[in-house]
Amino acid sequence: MRLQYSEAQLRLMAEKLRLDMVDSMHEAGSGHPGGSLSIAEIMSVLYFHEMNVDPKNPQWEERDRFVLSKGHAAPAYYAALAERGYFDVALLKTLRKIDSILQGHPDCKKVPGVDISTGSLGQGISVACGMACAAKKKGSSVRVYCVLGDGEIQEGQVWEAAMSAGHYKLDNLVAFLDNNNLQIDGSVDHVMSVYPVKEKFEAFGWRVIELDGNDIGQILSALELARATCGKPTLLLGKTTKGKGVSFMENQAGWHGSAINDEQYETAMKELRERYAQAEKGCVAQ
Amino acid sequence: MTSTREAYGAALVELAEQYDFYVMDADLAKATQTVHFSKKYPERFLDMGIAEANLIGFAAGMSTFGTPVFASTFAAFAAGRAYDQVRNTLAYSNCNVKIGATHAGVLIGADGGSHQCIEDIALMRAIPTMTVLCPCDSRETRACVKAALEMHGPVYLRFGRLGTPEVYDKDESFTFEIGKGHCVREGSDLTIIAIGDMVSRSLEAAEKLAQRGISARVVDMASIKPIDEALILRCAAETGCFVTAEDHNVLGGLGSAVSEVLAKHSPCPVEMVGVQDRFGRSGEPAGLAEAYGLTAPVIEEAAVRVLERKKARG
Repeated sequence: MRLQYSEAQLRLMAEKLRLDMVDSMHEAGSGHPGGSLSIAEIMSVLYFHEMNVDPKNPQWEERDRFVLSKGHAAPAYYAALAERGYFDVALLKTLRKIDSILQGHPDCKKVPGVDISTGSLGQGISVACGMACAAKKKGSSVRVYCVLGDGEIQEGQVWEAAMSAGHYKLDNLVAFLDNNNLQIDGSVDHVMSVYPVKEKFEAFGWRVIELDGNDIGQILSALELARATCGKPTLLLGKTTKGKGVSFMENQAGWHGSAINDEQYETAMKELRERYAQAEKGCVAQ
Repeated sequence: MTSTREAYGAALVELAEQYDFYVMDADLAKATQTVHFSKKYPERFLDMGIAEANLIGFAAGMSTFGTPVFASTFAAFAAGRAYDQVRNTLAYSNCNVKIGATHAGVLIGADGGSHQCIEDIALMRAIPTMTVLCPCDSRETRACVKAALEMHGPVYLRFGRLGTPEVYDKDESFTFEIGKGHCVREGSDLTIIAIGDMVSRSLEAAEKLAQRGISARVVDMASIKPIDEALILRCAAETGCFVTAEDHNVLGGLGSAVSEVLAKHSPCPVEMVGVQDRFGRSGEPAGLAEAYGLTAPVIEEAAVRVLERKKARG
């Protein structure tokens, strides 16, 4: 089933996911804060508005599929699944611990709601294409969503997949590109420029919608346009801020995969709680 | 003579009537023989073009909708080029994809070292959950394809390019089970364990050995992983020494798999016939078999050597 959270509620959920993920990564003593925080909004919209899923029946055949191609953003994925009811939110504190279902990168054999394991970059988008193709072949109305990193699209396999999605006209496929322009070694354009992204995907037969990827309203509108698109897969080219919501993490490549110490944790949670409170006011006002 | 890749192509067409599955290829449908399936069942076939990484990932995604997928290309590209996709997407997620890898080994001939995959068994059997099968003739190929379909999970099917003699054509009662080897010739002095094209060459060697008064047992170990430990240990107890024969590097392949079992439970002399850690090169298959030591006389010599080692042990 699709939930129909309002824009204000989705904004609040995005902030809740941020609190959850920082909490779990602090507890874990490792993880990837930057690229997890940058996708809070798309995860909120997908799980609380867009996707037709049933957390009580994670293997339901008619569910929409989600592939986190940038698997290192697992904390954001786990937070969304837990808040959506796939498993107890308390489990988020077991992230990356021995015997936890919450591996450093998503393992579909362990986590309810995870449809494929990811972590080695560039591979998830191929899986998403295969899922979209299988859905079409079966005449199913299932839609497939995929989140890609912008550094990730340096992997050649992404372009093999992009070519096949265009070739097989997978209009039930939507990929969101988390274009925060930072990767481990620096800015994406400095390390290995991927630009122009829009023209590349268009050349591969995709519809490309540019948007502010941290703006709930723009994500909602773009997903509506994607639903109305025939004969082409859609790329949501989302400009985002790496580390969004935590002032000292924002736009810092160093926060790609750094541990959060106790002091940083306190500061981050204080800021995120303030954002949450603001978003809560937005809900009440509505 | 029929090659195992041709038998694979025929098996797909035949089994398609009874089983629901997709077949995918990466621009090699004529060579891998999936072309026959593609013509008869176009709606169940997808060509991914020359993009093996995407072939494996796409196949994995397709399979999550409940219908198994055969993903075909040359062994060099399936196990080699797309290794990480096979490991991380396909096997780690336990996807129901069967990799139909053709043109394995140096005996493919003229294409040369770039295409002669001699390390695929080593790579594939090192991946947890992967099943690795290498049939020796048409009947066994069909049985392997069927067995792969009937189990859930990733399977690597290894096929050769050359026509190869039928081993089981007169065996109407032939059955194949994953994890079970076949004793194709009885013998008591030594056991030759072989796969693929080397099974018929081992039978030739056993015949020659018999003329010299040596009784060689021949085992076809098409199920390389899981391997038939019980059969290997029975042969160890009954014959006391082994020759392994494979068109694959002797590092990490069948010889290694057999030796792992023996080292653990019943150490005894083993001689490994196979590619001796060298890359392949262009040539006629017969010339290559000579150059790389993949002939019946080489197996025969290895048998004599291993028997001497056995005797020296007392």
